Amino acid sequence: MREGAGHSAPDSKLLGFWHVMKSMMSRPSGLIGVILVLLHVTIAVISPEIVPYDYKKISNILMLSAPDSSHWLGTDQLGRDVLTRVLMGGRQAIFVTAIATPVAVMWGGFLGIYLGLVGGRKDDVMMRIVDALLSLPWILKMLLLIVTFGTGQTVLIPTLAFFYGIPVIRIARVATHDVVSRDFIQAARARGHSLISIIFVELLPNVRDALLVEGAMRWSWMLLAFSSLSFLGFGATPPNPDWGLMIADARGFLVVAPLAGLAPVFALSTLIIGINLTADALAKTLGVDRARKASPA
Amino acid sequence: MLKLLVRRILLGFATVALVSVIIFAGIEILPGDACTAYLQRDAQGQRLENCRQELGLNRPVVVRYLGWAGSAIRGDLGLSANSTKTISELVGDRSRNSLLLAFCTLLIGLPSAIFLGVLTGLNRDKPIDLICSTVAICAMTIPEFVSATVLILIFSVWLAWFPGIVMTSASAPALAFFPEIILPSVVLAMVMTAHISRTVRSSIIEVLESDFVRMAILKGVPYRLMVFRHVLPNALLPAINVIALTIAWLMGGVVVVETVFNFPGLGRLMINAITDRDLQLVQAIALIVAVIYVGVNLAADIVTLLLNPRLRTSMMRRS
Repeated sequence: MREGAGHSAPDSKLLGFWHVMKSMMSRPSGLIGVILVLLHVTIAVISPEIVPYDYKKISNILMLSAPDSSHWLGTDQLGRDVLTRVLMGGRQAIFVTAIATPVAVMWGGFLGIYLGLVGGRKDDVMMRIVDALLSLPWILKMLLLIVTFGTGQTVLIPTLAFFYGIPVIRIARVATHDVVSRDFIQAARARGHSLISIIFVELLPNVRDALLVEGAMRWSWMLLAFSSLSFLGFGATPPNPDWGLMIADARGFLVVAPLAGLAPVFALSTLIIGINLTADALAKTLGVDRARKASPA
Repeated sequence: MLKLLVRRILLGFATVALVSVIIFAGIEILPGDACTAYLQRDAQGQRLENCRQELGLNRPVVVRYLGWAGSAIRGDLGLSANSTKTISELVGDRSRNSLLLAFCTLLIGLPSAIFLGVLTGLNRDKPIDLICSTVAICAMTIPEFVSATVLILIFSVWLAWFPGIVMTSASAPALAFFPEIILPSVVLAMVMTAHISRTVRSSIIEVLESDFVRMAILKGVPYRLMVFRHVLPNALLPAINVIALTIAWLMGGVVVVETVFNFPGLGRLMINAITDRDLQLVQAIALIVAVIYVGVNLAADIVTLLLNPRLRTSMMRRS
């Protein structure tokens, strides 16, 4: 029932991007996932053009007002339009994670493949360091850097990319171990190919599927991390609209204005669920089994 | 066998030692030290120098690391910059509260996780499995503060069944945390259930496809007997490691839930220490959390090793 990443790679290489997409969307959960993700990304891109109000316009008359025909989702504790802020609330989160995820997968992936290929002492030492880093809670590592260097995007993106690349090292290394003893690697070595060319030409195509699925999962975990940081007050900064921040603000007023909290809850949840359904469908399509490796980040 | 155990335990100690070096180095690299945190605005010139002299911050890094690690082993974690209590006292209460929260979460989450995992594993690809698996994906990926907010809104604001915030002080007796501890436990249990049930499901499926189960079916062993005698004992073993990871996460990574519910556990102490730049306290908490993580994983490995004769022999052959 389990296909190793190495076995499925040669077939899926023949399948193009559209083929994979089609196969993913043939599953109902995959279809819903892809639609949710595309919808959210589209809204994030075009929202500044379509929102009805200015996201930071404060009004002391409209504070916490109930939904009506001019403010469909009501207003928040500062009288700002909730619909406007929810539509724009994913922009920073999606932007930051969309840059940090590929970076994390790339550096973690390369290091993992390299370590899986060379093995020996280097591999032992690095994996001990990886284990040690993973034994510290993510929020501790990230907060230390953020508190010291500030909450700007120039700090958040590299921080997320660095810490979320560490678990990728493990995944890439294990995927490499599945292939490294096979004949074509031995042959490439015997032909005297350089390490770089073995990594790029022989190994990368074979661990690519595992990395793609891992990247999709990392994206959802990063979004979770970013919005948690915003919720705690270390991510997006006011008055920028951000779902995590909005939920934190709305918590004190849930009795009066539940929609100010529920709207960002709905938006954030649909995006994260969408990414996960997509990742799950991608894993099934590419034949990568990841249920067994699932663990809290 | 004994050799294997000793090796595994030594590896655990090595990891803890390495973590302590990483923590110390990390705090060292970041700007600021105990004296700048303690003196705050006055941290300049002679006063800063005197303070550093007094706390011994002028000694070489290696000497300071050894001093810190040495007293940590003896249970002395040093002084907090912003509190008159010693760090050991501060951390003691908080660890107990985190342990209490973890215990309540396991009490709710573990039985439901195993039940759901077995149910979905035995009914693979049937409607019940598809529904439960999709719900599990949602539960494990929605941020905790989101599910917490929704649960507070429903059970605390609208229905008024449980309190939505913990008002009990950190050093209160354990029973004083009821019923306030229920909602945070449920939020954490949801995430935990999703993770563990997925693992149980896939390992049940794997066992169902193994030769000995096929053999049992061919022999005509009744379904119920086969599930309880042959499938479950084999399928639950891999879950032990995931359960261990979850416990470690419950002890150190639940900052968000503790903040939402104002629960006085290790996580909130950690976040306060970070924002107050109380680096001594940050160091101490990081070390404790790492020790718990390594310890729980070690325990899980040993239990798996003792319960699974196959693993035992195959690992012995390898080592």
